[in-house]
Amino acid sequence: MASPSASPAITRNSVLDLAQMKLREVNQLLHDTDSGDFLIRNPRGAHSLACGLDGDMSITIDGHVGYYCAGMNKRASVTVNGNAGTGLAENMMSGRVHVKGDASQSAGATGCGGLLIIDGNASARCGIALRGLDIVVKGSVGHMSAFMAQAGNLVVLGDTGDALGDSLYEARLFVRGNVKSLGADCVQKEMRDEHKIALRKLLDAAGANADVAEFKRYGSARNLYHFHVDNAGQY
Amino acid sequence: MCGIVGLFLKNQSLQGDLGRLTSLMLRELCDRGPDSAGFAVYGAETTGATKICMVNRNGAVDWSAVARQLGAATGADVSVETVEDHAIFRTSGAGDTARKWLIDNVPAAYVLSQGQSIEIFKGVGDPAAIVTRLDLEHRSGTHAIGHTRMATESAVTISGSHPFSTGDDTCLVHNGSLSNHNRLREQLVRQGERFQTENDSEVAAAYLASRMRAGDTLEGALENGLKDLDGFYTFVVGTRDGFAVIRDPVACKPAVIAETDDWVAMASEYRAIAPLPGAEHAKIWEPAPATVYAWSRVA
Repeated sequence: MASPSASPAITRNSVLDLAQMKLREVNQLLHDTDSGDFLIRNPRGAHSLACGLDGDMSITIDGHVGYYCAGMNKRASVTVNGNAGTGLAENMMSGRVHVKGDASQSAGATGCGGLLIIDGNASARCGIALRGLDIVVKGSVGHMSAFMAQAGNLVVLGDTGDALGDSLYEARLFVRGNVKSLGADCVQKEMRDEHKIALRKLLDAAGANADVAEFKRYGSARNLYHFHVDNAGQY
Repeated sequence: MCGIVGLFLKNQSLQGDLGRLTSLMLRELCDRGPDSAGFAVYGAETTGATKICMVNRNGAVDWSAVARQLGAATGADVSVETVEDHAIFRTSGAGDTARKWLIDNVPAAYVLSQGQSIEIFKGVGDPAAIVTRLDLEHRSGTHAIGHTRMATESAVTISGSHPFSTGDDTCLVHNGSLSNHNRLREQLVRQGERFQTENDSEVAAAYLASRMRAGDTLEGALENGLKDLDGFYTFVVGTRDGFAVIRDPVACKPAVIAETDDWVAMASEYRAIAPLPGAEHAKIWEPAPATVYAWSRVA
């Protein structure tokens, strides 16, 4: 563990103001520690803020962030009091990322673990290529969400855009609202007790006040897993 | 990549700040499009005259001589004002006639725009330097559209700089690339559209101008574009009264819109909106795919 004396500029509960500091300085300071609470001010849409964190630390960002915020996050808890641009929490490994506003496209892309909470809407390709991360979106998600998602859960309290779960593997999708259309090989599935229990845990973890009975579950029909000889003539 | 911005003022008292605010937006997006830039400003309307903007493409042009020749050829009163390598003609004659004459007879320059309100300026190189050189900061008006370019479809020359304009007081900036522009260009040429470049975005501008000449509203032209334009795009389209934003159905190219009581702004990224007054409290959203968002002074 890095001792506080190793990076004297940093103490617990530090305020890091992007109006005074460079983005790279802020990210480096966060990388040089592995614990503490930090408040980041004036993000003004900056890219790659609080990326690659690896520590039991808590980061609060006051304002809107740009692309790739909290990417590759490990263990840390990152809260954004605002909106997030493209690629929020991309490839996150563990920990928790919570955006109080909306998120742009590809939120949680390729995420391996942890919990991503979006209080507003997420746009296209939310949870694309998901690999174990749990995502709870309290608003709606855009088209092609959970495309080729392999593992993990995507919970949507609102509606989805077109082609939900196209070419889906084994990720589980729970949607309370309207699904505009399902992608190839994505089907509605029975909501068994094990799914209701899992969904309840996710909703509670995300602080979402919703009744599991209102959700439908979607998953892979597994028809694309193997080559069908009937399709040989297509090539 | 490319960066695009649009700013439409709802509060008239901000009109003197239009250029300054637009330049703040464009400067934020230099790294999205470092090879060229341009902007359209909808400013003071001319009465009884049409403004035509031109820029040198190679070598110096004797703009005063061009003004005299244009006047003689079209039987109109023509004056000219120069701004760096640009010229702004004011003609008492028809804008379309003057534009055609200038394209045919002044091969050393491009016609950038025509109309009562619009003025387009563009250049090659660092967008921040272009914005400074062409003095965007001190331009006033009701709305403006700008672009920083990272060339993909054609060379880094002034012919590829946006905005593109082929119709009266209409212009377009584009982030993306079209795949059916050559075929569409041929069709539009047969209908009498005049092109000055090989750029795909000029085809989109000409397509929309052609639809509106045929009677489409701006919204209608953009909706027809969803059927006829194949490719990736986020467009901002300026008209005399307002502007519109549309993204293709796949919506790969970014866009964010923000609105306050004082202004509506569109940009590729929020960081270009952040410098605007009151941005932190604006209503902010990402435009949905294949959906027209339009604002107008008369609506």
